[in-house]
Amino acid sequence: MSTSLSAPLDLAFDYTRSLGPVLGRFAAGLRERRIEGVRGADGRVHVPPVEYDPVTAAALTEFVPVSDEGTVLSWSWMAEPLAGQPLTTPFAWALIRLDGADTAMLHAVHVPGPADMSTGMRVRARWAAEPVGHIRDIAYFLPVGAPDGPSPAPPPESAQDGVMVTPIQLHYRHSASPEESRYLRGLAEGKLTGQRCPACGKVYIPPRGACPTDGVPTVDEVELPDTGIVTTFCIVNVPFLGQRIPPPYVAAYILLDGADIAFLHLVLGCDAAQVRMGMRVRAAWKPRDEWWTSLENISHFEPTGEPDAPYESFAHHL
Amino acid sequence: MRDVAVVGFAQAPNVRSTPGTTNGVEMLVPILAQVYEQTGLSKQDIGFWCSGSSDYLAGRAFSFISAIDAIGAFPPIHESHVEMDAAWALYEAWLKIRTGEADTALVYGFGKSSAGQLRRVLALQLDPYTVAPLWPDSVSIAALQARLGLDAGLWSEKDLAAVAARSRADATRNPFAQVSGGTEVCGVTELLDAPYLADPLRAHDIAPVTDGAAVIVLAAADRAAEFAERPAVITGIEHRVDTPVLGARDLTRSPSTEAAGRAVGTGGVEIAELHAPFTHQELILRTALGLGDDVRINPSGGALAGNPMFAAGLARIGEAASRILTGEASKVLAHATSGPALQQNLVAVLEA
Repeated sequence: MSTSLSAPLDLAFDYTRSLGPVLGRFAAGLRERRIEGVRGADGRVHVPPVEYDPVTAAALTEFVPVSDEGTVLSWSWMAEPLAGQPLTTPFAWALIRLDGADTAMLHAVHVPGPADMSTGMRVRARWAAEPVGHIRDIAYFLPVGAPDGPSPAPPPESAQDGVMVTPIQLHYRHSASPEESRYLRGLAEGKLTGQRCPACGKVYIPPRGACPTDGVPTVDEVELPDTGIVTTFCIVNVPFLGQRIPPPYVAAYILLDGADIAFLHLVLGCDAAQVRMGMRVRAAWKPRDEWWTSLENISHFEPTGEPDAPYESFAHHL
Repeated sequence: MRDVAVVGFAQAPNVRSTPGTTNGVEMLVPILAQVYEQTGLSKQDIGFWCSGSSDYLAGRAFSFISAIDAIGAFPPIHESHVEMDAAWALYEAWLKIRTGEADTALVYGFGKSSAGQLRRVLALQLDPYTVAPLWPDSVSIAALQARLGLDAGLWSEKDLAAVAARSRADATRNPFAQVSGGTEVCGVTELLDAPYLADPLRAHDIAPVTDGAAVIVLAAADRAAEFAERPAVITGIEHRVDTPVLGARDLTRSPSTEAAGRAVGTGGVEIAELHAPFTHQELILRTALGLGDDVRINPSGGALAGNPMFAAGLARIGEAASRILTGEASKVLAHATSGPALQQNLVAVLEA
């Protein structure tokens, strides 16, 4: 049996978060290169600030300025920094209790090697060159007394306060199941390959790792024609980011002849208002030299002009 | 309210990487068949289904929906999901049976940890405002916790290596283990010769990256004898949570485990399966639960021998229950954790 298909899957998105009064004030302070904590119900000063007291759950409102210098309570060595971390050269993670605070914050400490780290050592914040109101405005911490050049002047007031944007990037290796792999390899040859459940006899395209009715893998391969019917559809009128076809156009569930499950595709080649349930359609394939292991090889479906399928013939597939 | 018993357990082999999909179907289909055979139940007999898994691990939204193919959800079923270790799915299923809404339940968890970079993906379970944007990885956070205990004199690097050596030696008797080895290849002295991976942690202090899945079948205690000769009755189960602010709690203790352990009562326990993905965490848990030297810890090898994300906690309950199902013990304890540095903890006690 041939191996399953797999490919890199890279995800990236920006988390845009509203901050609220407590974290908003903390972030705005960072943009002005100062650090503020909040006083808890027991008098302890929390840095980073917490919105509600961890013991009494009371809303906390008393802000307390703290120092940008503090003491390392614990540390670990990051010998091979990972993407997105504060430094690209080896560094220490540390729990740092700033002077004036009673809780510790997590951040990076920039030192040459683990021999330069110790519990109890004194560190101070190194501010980012262009602060924006984000935890990353503290670029990293340095041992107190380490040479670091002059800090830039605080930036002016900003209208951006209250929101923070954090870019997220994740990298995966995505694998198709053995059944999906056979289907995708079939598409690269212009074939539509379904598989039949050995228990209930239903034909699935794409085939499934397990029949959703019986929970057993689908096994028998079934080559399906590129003709079928529209079971249900919607007319897309709304423009959105990344849209490839000007609206209005039709996204439809296509039930291939001989299949027991419909899949989503486009119906083009006629006025959107002409599309209807039961309409007979045929695949419009892209030129052969553009085929790969993807359903994108079918550009869209278009009407065949044959008489519609009667409703009763597909009602149980809706 | 009715008592609830574990009547079946199966797990997929713990491996570094499977060729399968992130929806777990390939790992789940065989082990579901195993528990049906163990219990004599068919899928039509299951009253409630609950699973634990994570979309972040899979790198796609609603990945657990595809896993439902493995259980054959037609005619329609009563199904639920938790975005944490499936031990918490078991808790939800336990409630369903306790309250009389179901007589039987099937609980499963799965994770293809190898699909992404696990220690980095787990950064996204941290506070999204002040911590996650720094991308501190799960191993580094555990290393900060380990050093706090070293500095306080609560444990030594040798103590940690001893946990690893015992776990690996025990894992040689566990056919599902990913990491194992007798004392001749991983004695404490040999382990301490290894370089640091995340100073102060060495490779042996850290659970491996594991793909895997586990499944447990529960039944109301008054019906459990129909499905197992020696059901493992859950006589106590409790879960608690500590603050998510890492710098605001004493990381050398686990107050949530202490509270859960007090609630269920740990006296008379013969065997404990503790979900400790790092060597020092086993020592924290042992203290929090007040387990004496006479309690056998992790005869399976524990999470250090294989730590399939979102299934390893459920597997601890399964491993513990198995000791009762097979007649090896009459009172056992199981613990599961979720979140960074033992933030959330579940403790269950099971008896014959």
